[in-house]
Amino acid sequence: MSGEELTEQETALYDRQIRVWGVDAQRRLSKSHIFVSGLKGTAVEFCKNIVLAGVGSLTLNDDNPVTPEALAANFLIPFDENMGGGGSLADLCCDSLKDFNPMVHVSVEKGDLSSFGVDFFEKFDIVVISCCSLAAKKSVNEKCRKLSKKLAFYSVDCRDSCGEIFVDLQKYCYVKKKADETDECQLDYPSFEEAIAIPWRSLPKRVSKLYFAMRVVERFEEVERRKPGETSIADLANVLKLRNELCLAHSLNESQIPDTLLERLVVSTKEFPPVSAILGGILGQEVIKAISGKGDPLKNFFFFDAVDGKGVIEDISTS
Amino acid sequence: MTSGQHLSAIKGAKVLMVGAGGIGCELLKTLALSGFQDIHIIDMDTIEVSNLNRQFLFRQSHVGQSKAKVARDAVLRFRPQISITPYHANVKDPDFNVDFFKQFSVVLNGLDNLDARRHVNRLCLAADVPLVESGTTGFLGQVTVHIKGQTECYECQPKPAPKTYPVCTITSTPSKFVHCIVWAKDLLFAKLFGDKNQDNDLNVRSNETASSSDHSEDVFERKKDEDIEQYAKRIYDHVFGHNIESALSNEETWKNRNKPRPIYVKDVLSDELFQQNGNADKMMESENLSSLSAMGYLGLKNPQDIWSLKENSRVFFAALKLFFSKRQKEIGNLSFDKDDHLAVEVVTAAANIRAASFGIPLHSLFEAKGIAGNIVHAVATTNAIIAGLIVIEAIKVLQNEAKNCRMTYCLEHPSRKMLLMPVEPFEPNKACYVCSETPLLLEVNTHRAKLRDVVEKIVTSKLGMNLPLITHGSSLLYEVGDDLDADMVANYAANLEKVLSELPYAITGGTTITVEDLQQELVCSINIKHREEFDEEKEPDGMVLHGWTQAPAVEKKDAAATNGASTSTTSKSAPNILEDDDELTILESGIETISSGKKRKLSDISTPEPLEEKRAKKVPEHVDDDGDVIVMLDDVTKENSL
Repeated sequence: MSGEELTEQETALYDRQIRVWGVDAQRRLSKSHIFVSGLKGTAVEFCKNIVLAGVGSLTLNDDNPVTPEALAANFLIPFDENMGGGGSLADLCCDSLKDFNPMVHVSVEKGDLSSFGVDFFEKFDIVVISCCSLAAKKSVNEKCRKLSKKLAFYSVDCRDSCGEIFVDLQKYCYVKKKADETDECQLDYPSFEEAIAIPWRSLPKRVSKLYFAMRVVERFEEVERRKPGETSIADLANVLKLRNELCLAHSLNESQIPDTLLERLVVSTKEFPPVSAILGGILGQEVIKAISGKGDPLKNFFFFDAVDGKGVIEDISTS
Repeated sequence: MTSGQHLSAIKGAKVLMVGAGGIGCELLKTLALSGFQDIHIIDMDTIEVSNLNRQFLFRQSHVGQSKAKVARDAVLRFRPQISITPYHANVKDPDFNVDFFKQFSVVLNGLDNLDARRHVNRLCLAADVPLVESGTTGFLGQVTVHIKGQTECYECQPKPAPKTYPVCTITSTPSKFVHCIVWAKDLLFAKLFGDKNQDNDLNVRSNETASSSDHSEDVFERKKDEDIEQYAKRIYDHVFGHNIESALSNEETWKNRNKPRPIYVKDVLSDELFQQNGNADKMMESENLSSLSAMGYLGLKNPQDIWSLKENSRVFFAALKLFFSKRQKEIGNLSFDKDDHLAVEVVTAAANIRAASFGIPLHSLFEAKGIAGNIVHAVATTNAIIAGLIVIEAIKVLQNEAKNCRMTYCLEHPSRKMLLMPVEPFEPNKACYVCSETPLLLEVNTHRAKLRDVVEKIVTSKLGMNLPLITHGSSLLYEVGDDLDADMVANYAANLEKVLSELPYAITGGTTITVEDLQQELVCSINIKHREEFDEEKEPDGMVLHGWTQAPAVEKKDAAATNGASTSTTSKSAPNILEDDDELTILESGIETISSGKKRKLSDISTPEPLEEKRAKKVPEHVDDDGDVIVMLDDVTKENSL
């Protein structure tokens, strides 16, 4: 037991949160390894949260250079006329995050996300990707599923003042607290590919409109071979056309995916910082739940739209 | 929402943030990223180690420095072009008056106590500046918007009363560990290390019945030439042995209760162990004052462990020894501080020894510290979410979209599929004494109550006034301020000691007095009703104020929505409070109850979804970032208001 105990330094630093999730969860956190790819505003919020929480290690992946736009949305990168002197986004975020909590090992993994094979992901417990193409989401999710160890996969995206989180915990067992008794629970998660393949008409009624809208935009970017977020007002007509086709194929009323919503997602693709903070917070909490095995995990989509202010969980699965 | 229209609203805004703590750090960052250019921030606190797990703008090297200033510097590193003005000061300082507040487009609160929240609410009302209010505890949080005349103010609904315990439960019949903590902290610790002249309900006489002065001396007086070990042993035997023994002599008390067991040093520690405990000096020479630790010296490493009675006793003696040998200068004016490790050790050990006496389960130092310090659970993620929601509401306010403003709950378990649940704000409560002009009614015995009683029990503690001024007709009875001349000060001091009916302008039944706070620009009329008798148990103040905690009239629109209907659970659960983070107080007798609050209306009742209702959890009405201290009832506001 003595080797397992938290140090005095850890107890002092993590005092307030140990009072929320307990010593045992804190110990598990300190042994967990997290991988994050795509370091825009929302992912950066998430990184801040889990570094503060005291995970064991965090590996960052984003080879993009620092641009004025990246600088504007990222509180981890100190303002610099020289745009970070040639370092990648991951390099600069890494330097800042190390400073947040000296007890967390933060490092950079160079390379394109799609170049990482199944074995690469073996060393992680949690994989989070952000601002990725549809193909990348599917492929990384599948690689995570091929491993014998249980690995939790998350994707998070923020466009305009809307956001989406996807969660795949595969087969996840946890202890559910009910008043005084505890229940062993098991949840069955579909992969991203499986989830989005479910015919829209067989989904429960009143599924968030954002779910459908995000699928339309994602599909548009794939068909047009755009990078994520590479859309403009000029694309709106074609996006609406695609919406109509998809709605027809799925026998869904077009009004379920309003023009105004699609317009927001297509036109202003920048992340809205307050929404990034909210998504990064929700995702941080979910990852902490998954690592500690405490609390009901989110299954399997989360949506937030600042216009109505609702943060909604949708279960998009066949089970 | 990222339209040019809202960007221009943001750029032109001048924002005041109150609080640079858990929510404040997140808020300042999100405001800066969102394009705000002119931010002022007030916080009187300095940085502590336990802040660093969530207040991410601060580092170990900043411990001890001003939160407001360090937060500013940290944000300017990634946003050097914007203007951030820090104030390392208490928001209740007179400098922050109505004119100061008037310069801002919106005020954003990230505070940790009720007292400061009420103060800011009043200044915002007086200055007619919209207020966005917030709070978090653990995974729960909330954001509310208060716009004068359009939505309810922060005080339109009664706030949960501090949790209170009857004095006799604390002094004689504890049944829960928290009772032992309150005893150890407010009675024993205060008696040992605090102001000797302060009233204290601890029995300090070695023999109550003896009339000779020799026998009834205060055992806490350390005798001349008495060494620390002997003194500590005498205290131990008195409070854990003798006092329990004399309580047992009152048979009536224990008819329906388990009898406690007196504990004396000789029963717990052998002479040898006791002697070893005394030889602490050598091992502690090199340590500095702030790191003094009895458990460290005794080899007890893990604050999560529950110590045995013997270990608690050893910690008690070692900690007392350390206090009297290394920190004697502070003795006499110490009050309990959750960040004072040695003080936490004394309180933990003493509470556990008392718990052992009464057959109550013992607790670890970590747990005892949480209870004694009233530490509110806090995590970074909830603060980040809440700060994001504050900015969204602030932008609506700045765009004059008050109609679209929402109060939002951040839940731990989804309710109607929602983790973030927006609710329509309520209209102002027409009977609110703060934002409407409804007079209050005070029932009081005008022949017995002094003006001082009214000032302390009503004006300061209940009405939360900072610089009160009391008038009757055109004559001034009392005021507080820096610029008063000596005559007036003497005059007011004399008035304080007079009973109401004997004041120069007598206050009797039927009189209306005016109480105002010039800083808060709050004016209340109080109608006086004379009443002879008050129930000591239920009305310990000896006076009753009507109209200030009164729950507002409930709109019965959703009264039909009861079992199984779509809004029932959320509307019922929303206004409840969390038990954990109330302040704790000892009340002379009786326990105040908290009104369950009124029903909340969901913003879109039109979408019925009978889902997962039962899992909806309680949501805090008033949640704090960092806890306040446990206080005795008459200790009006010890809170560290910002």
